[in-house]
Amino acid sequence: MLTKVHSGLDPAPGVWWKPAHKAEKVWVGIAFAWCMVLFAMMPLWHWKGGQNPSGIRRRVDPQKFFARTVEFATQYKIGEDRGIPIVAPPAGAEVYLTGMTYQWYPILQLQAGATYRLHMSSLDFNHGFSLYPMNVNFQVVPGYDYALQVTPTAAGDFRIICNEFCGIGHHTMVGRVIVVDGAGKPLADNAHAVIRDREAK
Amino acid sequence: MSTAAPAFPHRICPATGRVVAAAAEPLIKVNAVVAVVSLLIGAVAALLLVLTRWQAVHLLPAVWYYRILGVHGMNMLIFFIIYFEMAVLWFAGTILLNARPANPKLGWFSFGLMLAGTVLVEWAQWSGKADVLFTSYPPLQAHPLFYLGIILFAVGALTVTGLFFATLVIAKREQRYEGSVPLVVYGAVTAAIIAVITLLHGAIIYIPTFLWSIGLIKSIDPQIYRMIWWALGHSSQQINVAAMVAVWYMLSALTIGGVVLNEKVSRSAFVLYVLFISMASAHHLLVDPGFGPAWKIVNTSYFMYMAVLASMIHGFTVPAGMELGMRLRGYTDGLFGWLRRAPWGDPGFSALVFSVVVFGFVGGITGVTIGTEQINIIAHNTMRIPGHFHATVVSGTAMAFMGATYYLLPLVFQRKVAFWGLAKAQPYMFAIGMLLLSMGMTFAGSFGVPRRHWDISFSQALFDVQFNPAVDITLAVMGIGGILAVTGALSFIAIAVKSVFFGEKITTWETGKAIVGIPQGLTNPPVHVAHVDQLNDELHAESRGIAGATPGTLVLVAVFLLAFVVYYFTNWKLLSFLWKVG
Repeated sequence: MLTKVHSGLDPAPGVWWKPAHKAEKVWVGIAFAWCMVLFAMMPLWHWKGGQNPSGIRRRVDPQKFFARTVEFATQYKIGEDRGIPIVAPPAGAEVYLTGMTYQWYPILQLQAGATYRLHMSSLDFNHGFSLYPMNVNFQVVPGYDYALQVTPTAAGDFRIICNEFCGIGHHTMVGRVIVVDGAGKPLADNAHAVIRDREAK
Repeated sequence: MSTAAPAFPHRICPATGRVVAAAAEPLIKVNAVVAVVSLLIGAVAALLLVLTRWQAVHLLPAVWYYRILGVHGMNMLIFFIIYFEMAVLWFAGTILLNARPANPKLGWFSFGLMLAGTVLVEWAQWSGKADVLFTSYPPLQAHPLFYLGIILFAVGALTVTGLFFATLVIAKREQRYEGSVPLVVYGAVTAAIIAVITLLHGAIIYIPTFLWSIGLIKSIDPQIYRMIWWALGHSSQQINVAAMVAVWYMLSALTIGGVVLNEKVSRSAFVLYVLFISMASAHHLLVDPGFGPAWKIVNTSYFMYMAVLASMIHGFTVPAGMELGMRLRGYTDGLFGWLRRAPWGDPGFSALVFSVVVFGFVGGITGVTIGTEQINIIAHNTMRIPGHFHATVVSGTAMAFMGATYYLLPLVFQRKVAFWGLAKAQPYMFAIGMLLLSMGMTFAGSFGVPRRHWDISFSQALFDVQFNPAVDITLAVMGIGGILAVTGALSFIAIAVKSVFFGEKITTWETGKAIVGIPQGLTNPPVHVAHVDQLNDELHAESRGIAGATPGTLVLVAVFLLAFVVYYFTNWKLLSFLWKVG
């Protein structure tokens, strides 16, 4: 019944399809059941969970996407920080974010609890959207518009770290997202932004 | 085993009685030697990188950090590993089957192609003409000779794989063995089939990219590149998995007389690898814009985790085979007597154990978890990724290959292992160092520290980023682990080079007493008790219940499963704290 004792270095009998022992059967059964749990969790999270990388995905011309981003930034601009516009779209708006060597454009100011559709793409190379300190990560690929429904949960001053190598200045590529609370008050330190804004006036 | 004097030039191995074809030996040796040279380049690069990512030290300037990062990736993940696997294929196809190699001349030509490709890639990277990292995502562009080098290397490796299949056919036709090929060879066949799939994807993506770099094609779609490239980049790591598991079965047999519990179970697990493991390209595309949820779920799970099932099966059958082998030698005391009384001073054995344990507990569990569609949102491109694959490719595959080398030096090179004391300590040094490095990286990544990043103090960035101070500690753990692991790797290289080129030639084999420089599995080959088949039946008696012949292993895999479940669901919990995204 059992295979004759031999090692993995010895040729096996011509017919090696022999019944397995109980311990092996039990383990294979447990492992299989666990694999089914692993598999079921993903569709389940799409159904019940709040974090899914689905979104709406389509091809886009990088230049046109950037033009749309600039248009969006002009429409909802409320200020400027270090030369980059601060843009505060209303709840439910289509929001645009372009990654390019080596900056994220523009700075977004969102409201906690409100939902937006965030479109992300790149003007040049692959970039990585990594929201700090939330640790939410998405790949930003030139030629593709990745539109995700996002709902910030709490106010704060966030950073977007680029976490895909995009060239020799990759490590200098940091953007900013501000989330304000229900009263509309930014909890973030906007010292820089205010000064720049006054100068502009 | 058909060891009747064959018609081709050969010698008989004095330790194992196997036929060693004269034409195969130099091919095994030359591939192993170039593998070690690549390992040396990669290890020096590793030291420089670890001392740069350890922010408190921050050694290299930015340009050289990214350049060396590319060099490290190519030398470790492609050159070292694939040259060693070529050696494994020549070894498994010939020596393990007492056979001769198919067309050794073409074998040398293929090796020449691979070497030419290697030289081109090294030149392009070191001279700064390929600062595109290992992945070379377009539109980042490297010098055409960089792509051409990879193509030449892949064609050479593909040809060797073909020669391996031809060798199998010849061995069968010349009746060099009876029955079915040994399980280790079966594993090598698995690795070779995956290699064909992988290398073809490499050709599909690198040939157009090469044409693009010389201006014949206008553009390469960045998303399609990422998909096909990762069918090379990730699947090539699955060659390693299959080759590593084959080496596990081999080391288990050589060091402690490990047996095959059931050929059907182990072989079916290898077949699952062939069928499903190439879908892993999706692991890198889970938060990419180009693919929908259904595609991501089906592919990232290897069609319902069938390749994970395969690894979990091997994760049982390998230690269980070791346990049963020891019990059949008379070490039957208690649950773990077989483990306690194993030869821990044999570098082949300790490397085997570390490889199995770290690959499974750290590499496997983290890999499945971060490869889950949604959990990838909190892992993608953070240091959790290198934390994971250093536990698989390095602590798993490289460690297993190092263990195998301690046996190949006396068996194939016919030399004693040099610096024997150091060799005994080397697996411990390397495994502990790699474990610290992997853990340090993984925890740093959990705080959002990006991978492939020169300066997480963001001193030149527009906006400041203040990482949690705990990151300094995790990066220090990574740094100290890295230094220890590189020391282990350099020790291995020193041992291998000294043994091969200046080592003491083994002229006569004596068994029964310990010899400095020869692993105990060769000086005192593990022998099962005289009434082995009877004892085997007794151990498998119905009365022993589910625990059966291998109760110790059952306890170990239960601990493994518990760790897996806890880690997996902890990550879902962490994910649920994030912003709503969908």
